[in-house]
Amino acid sequence: MLKALVIDAGKCTGCKQCEMACSLENEGEFNVAKSRIRVFDFHTEARFVPYTCTQCAEAWCQQACPVNAITTDSMGVKVVHENLCVGCKVCTIACPFGTVNYNASTGKVIKCDLCGGKPACADACPTGAITFQDAEQGGFDKMKIWAAQSGNAATHEGPNTPKASQAAGTGH
Amino acid sequence: MNYVILGAGPAGVTAAETLRSVDSQASITLVGGEPEPPYSRMALPYLIYGKIDEGGTYLRQDPTHYDQQRIRYVTGRCGGVDSRAKELYLSGGEVIAYDKMLIATGANPIMPPIPGAHLEGVETCWTLEDARHILKLAEKGSPVVLVGAGFIGSIILEALYLRGCDITVVELAPRMVARMMDETAGGMLGRWCEAKGVRVLTNTRVTNIESGPESGPRLSVGLSNGQRAPADLVVMAVGVRSNTGFLVGSGVKTNTGITVDDYLHTTAPDIYAAGDCCEGVDLSTGKPDMLAIQPVAVEHGRIAALNMAGHRHRHRGSLNMNVLDTIGLISSSFGLWQGAQAGQTAKVVDEGGYKYMKLEFEGDKLVGAQCVGMTDHVGMLRGLIQTGFRMGGWKEKLLAAPERLREAYISVAQGSPTAGPMSPHVNTPRAGFHGGASGH
Ligand SMILES: Cc1cc2nc3c(=O)[nH]c(=O)nc-3n(C[C@H](O)[C@H](O)[C@H](O)COP(=O)(O)OP(=O)(O)OC[C@H]3O[C@@H](n4cnc5c(N)ncnc54)[C@H](O)[C@@H]3O)c2cc1C
Repeated sequence: MLKALVIDAGKCTGCKQCEMACSLENEGEFNVAKSRIRVFDFHTEARFVPYTCTQCAEAWCQQACPVNAITTDSMGVKVVHENLCVGCKVCTIACPFGTVNYNASTGKVIKCDLCGGKPACADACPTGAITFQDAEQGGFDKMKIWAAQSGNAATHEGPNTPKASQAAGTGH
Repeated sequence: MNYVILGAGPAGVTAAETLRSVDSQASITLVGGEPEPPYSRMALPYLIYGKIDEGGTYLRQDPTHYDQQRIRYVTGRCGGVDSRAKELYLSGGEVIAYDKMLIATGANPIMPPIPGAHLEGVETCWTLEDARHILKLAEKGSPVVLVGAGFIGSIILEALYLRGCDITVVELAPRMVARMMDETAGGMLGRWCEAKGVRVLTNTRVTNIESGPESGPRLSVGLSNGQRAPADLVVMAVGVRSNTGFLVGSGVKTNTGITVDDYLHTTAPDIYAAGDCCEGVDLSTGKPDMLAIQPVAVEHGRIAALNMAGHRHRHRGSLNMNVLDTIGLISSSFGLWQGAQAGQTAKVVDEGGYKYMKLEFEGDKLVGAQCVGMTDHVGMLRGLIQTGFRMGGWKEKLLAAPERLREAYISVAQGSPTAGPMSPHVNTPRAGFHGGASGH
């Protein structure tokens, strides 16, 4: 059964335990700058929003990679193969969500891979703002959950979907 | 159905795989113009400084991949196409018949008409074979003259630097990457390179290349400033031209690249084109243009293949974008980075810290951006520009403080954090990217 990170920003207190856990799990050090999940701080509003890759079906990063270093595993997760990544960074500009980042100390890119099925961020979150749940609960698959939440996910959207389905904006 | 794809770069390979994914029965032939497995040109710089070996440049690593996909891979140079007989001719005499054909022959580097440009030691950096020559000609400490500091020239610059070469860059324009970024950014890159020991000569032309003295480096490069630069290797990176010479008389119309419609169909029946060789629509201008970058080649390849297979799929345009690492200083540009007419601009500059961000607005939409020295979450710029989100009140905030981009993105693209869309139980339907990260 596919599982997905579910984020409830309303519960986030900005403690950044998720960032610490992520960098320790994946980089072996407490360095939030290398975390694959980031908590954005809305300074003026004192609000916090945890943010990371949702393993989108379109996989813009994967399509842009010139050496096939990003593949989709059996769980639908987009995984970067460090041995193949040349560090060209094209995926970092291709991902329209900005969730693939360059790690200058390794010369490769990093992105969330759900820690291979046991995301450290969800384990570390003390408030339940980040949970790892069955994506198919209640008969919904991952896409349908997104659809319910984002309004139009059921349509297939890629780099070149016709304008009508992508012309977006707030207050349209 | 018998599909033939001419050209085995990212556009051609993506097209072949896409055709297979939608048509399990078809015969698919992929023709590469070089005696190599399909590979990625943009991986060549990493081969030059030893980060990868040749295998690391291959577009697909599994050697049985094409067999498994039942894609027949052959190599040979196409010398001509007969769109009435529906045949193409390889230089070895082989004739390949097609029902539908894709031209994905990419581009070729321009060799400027400089006296001495034919001498041994003058190379382009475009093919695996070129890279092998460069590896032979330039060692650690070798003097190298790089002609051209555009986007690709600058990528080659980094590779030669990391290989340990002693580099002089000669650029006709007043700054580096003049067609990717503005004076501020180009100036930063130039100063950065000079601080690393690279000689950067802007507003300078190569006048001639001669054999060097008996005892010294192989070549001597004459410059418009009156000086001469010694060189074991001269690398030409002054621009590219679409690879379409073999189409003369074929009925396939070409301009600077192959002319295509919104479905990537050419002017000849059942012939499509994709990637560097064609003029697809630029999303920012709505006009045809040669956007010679990897992500566009893949987009074209996929869309052209869907159309070839009868799945009508309109290409609404590709976004021009580049990311560049110049010896550790990373820069990127997106869309209308020069700004829109009557548009508004927001920028933050830190000359000493080599940091720069400039945002270009048209109305309340973000239409272009440039960054130097920042890499985290830069993809959000693509997201905002490509989607054409209305920034609403965030535009004023960004004009005052462009560094609040991430907050703006989350608010605009993902919904305000106070509203439903960020929680698992949501009410307000909204358009935009589905699935985009948090809260969904
Ligand atoms: C050094 C370097 C660095 C680069 N860095 C970047 C980067 O960082 N980011 C980026 O986005 N882009 C980069 N690029 C550009 C990118 O590589 C190209 O945009 C991309 O390769 C285009 O893909 P394509 O499939 O259209 O053409 P190509 O990759 O050029 O493939 C063309 C294919 O057609 C074949 N062919 C050509 N003529 C014939 C013929 N007559 N008969 C038969 N076959 C033929 C060729 O052999 C080849 O197989 C770089 C390019 C170079 C050279």
